[in-house]
Amino acid sequence: MKDHSAFIIQHLSLSMTEPLIYELSAPGRVGVSMPNPDVPMTELPSGLVRESLDLPEVSQLDVMRHFTHLSTMNFSIDANFYPLGSCTMKYNPRLNEETARFAGFSFSHPLQHEATVQGNLALMYQLQEWLKEIGGFAAVTLQPAAGAHGEFTGVLMMRAYHLDRGDIARRKVLIPNSAHGTNPATCSMAGLIVVELPSDDRGNVDLEALRKACGPDVVGIMITNPNTLGLFEEHIEEVTKLVHDCGGLVYGDGANMNAMIGVARPGDLGFDVMHYNLHKTFSTPHGGGGPGSGPVGVSEKLKDFLPAPLIDIVDEGDDEEPPMYGFVTPKKSIGRVKSFNGQFGMHVRAYTYIRVHGGSGLRENSEMAVLNANYLLAKLRGAYHVAYDRLCKHEFVLEGHWSDAPEVHALDISKRLLDFNIHPPTNYFPLIVKEALMIEPTETESKETLDRFADVMLTIAKEAHESPDVLKSAPHNTPVARMDEVRAAKELVLCCRPIPEWAE
Amino acid sequence: MSYVPHTDPDREAMLKTIGVKSVAELFADVPAKHRFPELDLPEPLSEPETWRELRDLSEANADASHNLSFLGAGAYHHFSPPLISQLLLRGEFLTAYTPYQPEASQGTLQVIYEYQSMICSLTGMDVANASHYDGATSLAEAAIMAFNHFKQKKTKVILSPAVHPHYRAVVRTYTQGMGMNIGGDDHLDRALKDLLPQLDNNTSLFVAQYPDFFGNIEDLKAIAHKVHEAGALFCVVTNPVSLGLLTPPGAFGADIVVGEGQPLGIPLSYGGPYLGFFATKKEYVRKMAGRLVGETVDANGKKGYVLTLATREQHIRREKATSNICTNQGLMAVAATIYLATLGKNGLRRVAELCYQRAHYAADQIDQIDGYAVNRSQTFFHEFVVKCPRSVEEINAKLFDDYGIIGGYDLGKEYPHLKDCMLVCVTEMNSREDIEELITALQEIKE
Repeated sequence: MKDHSAFIIQHLSLSMTEPLIYELSAPGRVGVSMPNPDVPMTELPSGLVRESLDLPEVSQLDVMRHFTHLSTMNFSIDANFYPLGSCTMKYNPRLNEETARFAGFSFSHPLQHEATVQGNLALMYQLQEWLKEIGGFAAVTLQPAAGAHGEFTGVLMMRAYHLDRGDIARRKVLIPNSAHGTNPATCSMAGLIVVELPSDDRGNVDLEALRKACGPDVVGIMITNPNTLGLFEEHIEEVTKLVHDCGGLVYGDGANMNAMIGVARPGDLGFDVMHYNLHKTFSTPHGGGGPGSGPVGVSEKLKDFLPAPLIDIVDEGDDEEPPMYGFVTPKKSIGRVKSFNGQFGMHVRAYTYIRVHGGSGLRENSEMAVLNANYLLAKLRGAYHVAYDRLCKHEFVLEGHWSDAPEVHALDISKRLLDFNIHPPTNYFPLIVKEALMIEPTETESKETLDRFADVMLTIAKEAHESPDVLKSAPHNTPVARMDEVRAAKELVLCCRPIPEWAE
Repeated sequence: MSYVPHTDPDREAMLKTIGVKSVAELFADVPAKHRFPELDLPEPLSEPETWRELRDLSEANADASHNLSFLGAGAYHHFSPPLISQLLLRGEFLTAYTPYQPEASQGTLQVIYEYQSMICSLTGMDVANASHYDGATSLAEAAIMAFNHFKQKKTKVILSPAVHPHYRAVVRTYTQGMGMNIGGDDHLDRALKDLLPQLDNNTSLFVAQYPDFFGNIEDLKAIAHKVHEAGALFCVVTNPVSLGLLTPPGAFGADIVVGEGQPLGIPLSYGGPYLGFFATKKEYVRKMAGRLVGETVDANGKKGYVLTLATREQHIRREKATSNICTNQGLMAVAATIYLATLGKNGLRRVAELCYQRAHYAADQIDQIDGYAVNRSQTFFHEFVVKCPRSVEEINAKLFDDYGIIGGYDLGKEYPHLKDCMLVCVTEMNSREDIEELITALQEIKE
């Protein structure tokens, strides 16, 4: 076994336990000073003033320390290799954090008159244009707040398109069995029926099954390309043609666009609508679960159905005057999907990212993401079974089990990785691979990091056969060991404040 | 500029291991005629040059740090204690993922647990989730939850017209494929009590806003009672800073409380990222959408936190999930938790009172200017309606061009019966001098 002592960092947490903020509270403490109300006083509204407010009372240093301690109990891209498949955990550039915080952006109010926020509108317009170009689309909305939100927007548009044509028979959406859970969940929210499509033995959507499923009752297909196995759909043009031929539309889940920028445009491959994940492909930070941003691109067919409002040039200007930007409402808009203008702070970050990279940089990112994934696949395929073994794109799926090491599961491999300060890959997804481990290194990882990860994975494979207990009892040096999730769901302790008397 | 670390020797060695001659070979399965398109995108730009371009764009805006602002209408200019932004920049919060691996995410999990608890304290409810995208989508999820609670048999939702126009629009967009009947706001000038006759045994949800879109506050106990008598659920859309002062909706019978968490230390940022909070009663927890953090113990009996009741969510239940929501507003919930901890019980009350007092002072002063009339028919929190002597558009243009002041919201845009009416907002960020500047400007403008 290679000596990893040079690489293993003593676990980061300076404290392995931290009380709740309420436990640090003492009556009378406050963390920040506020001005005096230097105006004549008005009586408070009678009968509407609350009698008590159960919030902590702590000093500013206590707040700082508390949250600093808590932060040290997290793994993060900044500190750890984080090969979560489908999440694209690439470096989150700090330039983006600075530009998003420029006062002109962060203090601008969403309802200000358009003439007073031309900087914001110019930025959003340009981002729309770049995303159009990257995807091969006719129009883009920046309103959706996350990928799932973009999916919902896209499916609502597909539904509206058919209803607008008087085609009321279409209620089915075709979804491969490898799809992310948000895809079928989105269809249910739109009042549509999910029809699952099997995958063939090369990991592609089964063409025969697709052919049979296509018909006049189909709204369209929701497909991810490359798919959740990290594989490029080898018959993608046939897939989109089959769906179009029966009058359906093609929705693209753009979560895996990190393999595709400058490589191929979904619009060229036949996609009618696709969401982007700015928090994956375009480096906006994951923030422990959000905020994300899910802009949606559409072909000419669906342009008129986009959520209102869109940014557009409302006055071309001339040699002396710059163009004026403003809001327009698409003719047959499905409506507003969010208050105000979308996750503007993430638009600034994505704009900054695209600007710094340019077209050539973005393409290089995709190429290196795919190079990194294939390199790891080449190093690991001997020790782990690969369900669909061919050249992958930006991610690949291993099986986290061996017939000759029956006690060990993907979960155990994941927990053991934590001992080496590596965040586990995505577990148990896609559903079509047994004990799935989905690995996505991203382009910002060096060969040294990849080599180390491969060594650790090979070590773990060895341990699985020779000393499986080390895996079963992992992790060993995190702030907590494996959690009792059954107890959490049973006891449901979701709040640490006493229930007020009126609720008893 | 690129963050890619690969050297030429790296690439060569890696290609050799893979067994291909070039990177292009890795893309052989992409249809040849669509492979490697020429994209009309700019050339790469260095970091300092990019910084400058973004800086120039940001300065092509007016903003509340450079201009006096009295604009509210659902997004508010409050003081964000600097430690919030500093803590949010810690890589362990900023660059962490969703806490699916609890052993690697106790920081995020405990913060969300504290957030859930504080939202419960503020709203007077039993349980809160880890967030929705914003107040509008939170309300949409409330409508869906009520619909599902009654097993999709009750299809009617009554929305008060005094609920934020964007929120009402989003509820309609969200539910367009669900066979629900969204109403209540067909007459935009209707008072809450005049909506009660619409309650029937086909009503799943009645929604009121508190303070409402016009800033008004009223006792909703009687409304809640009537809603419950009709067998429906009562949802209140609220402002979390106002709850530093006002009776919480849980105390007067709300079943669901939603709203916009942006006032809790989150920047205006031209509309996002914001924070949708959602709180409800214990009995509805399994129907609630969104992530939930619960307390438990680990294998050694040590207390810790995990995501729980995942069987409601998309990654487990797929088409049967309560919602498709995956990514939420995680880091914004962290911001709100830090804000509420820093201000605490006394500080939040103080901010709310400052807003209330200064807004009432401003209203009194504006009311005294000839030609302007403040609507005093109801008590208000920190926003009030002013009938102006000219169109709001003209007044705001003059306020901005001649005084650099960002004026209030033009209500006539969404509420025709409130033509020439401006919604003026005053927060703790508007000093007495600021208010007096506004008064002087309004005086001079009308002349």
